[in-house]
Amino acid sequence: MADVTLKGITKSFGKGGAKRAVDGIDLTIADGEFVVLLGPTGAGKTTTLRLIAGIETPDSGTVSIGGRPMAGLAPASRDVAFVFQQYSLYPHLTVYENLAFPLRSPARRMDPATVDARVREVAKMVRIDHKLENRSTRLSGGEMQRVAIGRALVRRPSIYLMDEPLSSLDAKLRGELRLELKRIQRDLGATLLYVTHDQIEAMTMADRIGILAEGRLVQIGTPREIYADPANLHVAARLGQPHINLLPVDLLSDVPVPPGTKTIGARTEHIAIAREEGGNARVDWIEHLGDQNHLHIKLGEQKLVTLADPDIAVSPGDRIRLSLRNPLYFGQDGQRLV
Amino acid sequence: MSSANTAHSVVEPSARSKRIAATLVILYAVITMIPLVWIFLTSIKSPPDSISYPPKILFTPSLEGYCNLFTTRTRQTPEYIASLPPPEGMCDAVTRERNMVIAGPSNFLPRFTNSLIIAFGSTFLAVGLGTLAAYGFSRFKVPLADDLLFFILSTRMMPPIAVAIPIYLMYRQLGLSDTALGMMLLYTAVNVSLAVWLLKGFIDEIPREYEEAAMIDGYSRLQAFRKVVLPQATTGIAATAIFCLIFAWNEYAFASLLTSGSAQTAPPFIPTIIGEGGQDWPAVAAGTTIFLVPILVFTILLRKQLLRGITFGAVRK
Repeated sequence: MADVTLKGITKSFGKGGAKRAVDGIDLTIADGEFVVLLGPTGAGKTTTLRLIAGIETPDSGTVSIGGRPMAGLAPASRDVAFVFQQYSLYPHLTVYENLAFPLRSPARRMDPATVDARVREVAKMVRIDHKLENRSTRLSGGEMQRVAIGRALVRRPSIYLMDEPLSSLDAKLRGELRLELKRIQRDLGATLLYVTHDQIEAMTMADRIGILAEGRLVQIGTPREIYADPANLHVAARLGQPHINLLPVDLLSDVPVPPGTKTIGARTEHIAIAREEGGNARVDWIEHLGDQNHLHIKLGEQKLVTLADPDIAVSPGDRIRLSLRNPLYFGQDGQRLV
Repeated sequence: MSSANTAHSVVEPSARSKRIAATLVILYAVITMIPLVWIFLTSIKSPPDSISYPPKILFTPSLEGYCNLFTTRTRQTPEYIASLPPPEGMCDAVTRERNMVIAGPSNFLPRFTNSLIIAFGSTFLAVGLGTLAAYGFSRFKVPLADDLLFFILSTRMMPPIAVAIPIYLMYRQLGLSDTALGMMLLYTAVNVSLAVWLLKGFIDEIPREYEEAAMIDGYSRLQAFRKVVLPQATTGIAATAIFCLIFAWNEYAFASLLTSGSAQTAPPFIPTIIGEGGQDWPAVAAGTTIFLVPILVFTILLRKQLLRGITFGAVRK
């Protein structure tokens, strides 16, 4: 394992570099750290991984792994492991052969006994040891993805790069594998860079989350920091379920705000409600989720969504009093005001 | 399942349309098979039976055509033939009944061998080069790729006979006339365009993530190509090989123009069998029958791949 440093990495695609996929990213991943890059489609997450792996060459900037600059090195000599979002297994090989594939590569040339021992050990780790002789195409989606992760784990590379490895799975399986992956990473002390657009994966697994938007690294920090202390509107909007409510500043005239505020961001924990005849807001709709409710509120013409206890005594049409407790303030440019 | 249900099924054709389709297919198969059956039957007729009119449906089978195909014979007097020791083998006996003796082997076997060497050799070359070129076009940013691909395809747009004379002159200059190497190069050049286009389609369908994964796993690009791309492209390669082989095996125009002696292939040779002592249709038919065998065997061996080759692109994974 080793630390990985990106300095000013930039990569454009298209005719004459029309589309900037990655725009001057600086990032250091410490040895043994689990970093998640979170961002919407097209934010440059996958490109960043591919640049580290050496499948793409940066237009400018440097990648170094373990202090060694990687410029000009082929993927094979970079000592990274990659888990792809799709097409993760070699379809013409069995599960065993898939897991052994990296170890049998000309770059490593391990003796068969070591290969066998490693493959069996990792197969147990990802719980696929009962299907080693199956064709890789005869597996369920979850099994395939476990093998794909296993194929990365058989090696002890400087860094594991994972590109939305769980996105094609159903919710239950995703939850299980999330836990398993975090456990394995901790047991191995692995350095891991993980890319996703799923905020729950980011929040639950990451030591640090990096928020990407339009090729730039907008903010990086612990999940707590990113959630409670977002640098701007974009970061605030990435995290939180339900989605953060963005209110124009003049909607609640009685609240004191820092000068220059344009938008107020209010998540559930920033919103207090109480039933009150003649209150400033009205309950519009209630979604019952079982353990909790989504309360849809209308404040003037503005719609808000907040979580509420399932036994809250309001029903659609009721007037309520809505007040804010330490919400987030954003200026004209979308930057956070403190 | 109720009958109403099947009648309204959108995906399953009705029994009636299935029967009509089957009838049409059988009819087509019979029509295309008639000449082949006719040729095979002629090959096992005796020469008089083969030209009798009306044609004989029932006849005594004879292998005289096959004997004549593989041998050259000289006419002798009955007295000379009577003075010979007893015939060795069936062909000897059949030949003597016609007042002839076997003088030696005919050229059929060497010509047939030429065909095998040239057709399989050029198929191997065309598919090999085609696979590499198709991979390059599929995976790399080739400057002017579209123009190059069109140029490659355009070589098949003109009638081959248009370039016959230039090629004939060129081959004479280069000493490639009537050589197996020359024929192999020619058929390779013609087939490579087909191979590049077919195989590019197949390789395009193989996601490049597989090679990228292999390259990260410690393989070079060439090793990844061999370990990951080739195994998944076997279907396409097999289908392409059959198409190339059929062309090279059947090619007549250039073969008759450019080969006459040691490198002559079977297609221009078979018609020359006519003419030694009358029209020997059974021998011609025997030559044709044997000529069909390699393609038949090759196609049967690879029929699954061929089917995918024909329907390729129709089904998404």
